[in-house]
Amino acid sequence: MPVRVQQADFDIGAEIAAFRSADPGIGAIASFIGLVRDVNDGETVAGMMLEHYPGMTEKALAGIVAEAKSRWDIFDALVIHRVGELKPLDQIVLVVVKGAHRGTAFAACEFIMDYLKTQAPFWKKEQTALGARWVEARASDDQAAERWSQG
Amino acid sequence: MSIRILYFGSLREEMGIPGEMFELPAEVKDVANLRARLIARGGASAAAFDRSKAVRVAVNQDLARNNTPIKADDEIAFFPPVTGG
Repeated sequence: MPVRVQQADFDIGAEIAAFRSADPGIGAIASFIGLVRDVNDGETVAGMMLEHYPGMTEKALAGIVAEAKSRWDIFDALVIHRVGELKPLDQIVLVVVKGAHRGTAFAACEFIMDYLKTQAPFWKKEQTALGARWVEARASDDQAAERWSQG
Repeated sequence: MSIRILYFGSLREEMGIPGEMFELPAEVKDVANLRARLIARGGASAAAFDRSKAVRVAVNQDLARNNTPIKADDEIAFFPPVTGG
């Protein structure tokens, strides 16, 4: 279960190609790419600083991937999350799931993102015309993660 | 008998420090006891741990709760709700 936390950008095509390798048993690859938007809560966002908890971040992401693998019949998942200074249009996070069929790959990919949003220790501080402000956690993210525990 | 406390995000800014070594009093047995101790110090700690704010906790890099036990040499991290992704 490859998990990476890095400042550098990532190349989606190269990452998926390397993760896929040449396994003819793979019938489906589902992916999600999270991006920095230029607006949040009605304010224009010039950029953001992404802070994390080194050590726990990797442990939490590996735990989320392990949980996804225990819930769905998938082969593996790749998670890359960037930290440091980011600006609008930048890529923040990549989740790739490989498996035999699309249904489990889609579900596991969404599950990993929902859990990442609520359990992985990252914090965003964004720059707006009003100054720098910490991004508030959203109740909708908690609700999205909660639905996976309702069976 | 001490523990290492780390602060992240807005909590780190409110505390004014990224972390500290904290001498563990014998009666501090869990996260709830530790929170009460930090609030009792007053100043930045009292403001940062004000009960109106959501403060999450991790013990040895696993998400934890108020009743999670604490022992010597543990790494305790306090932070606001996470906002990655």
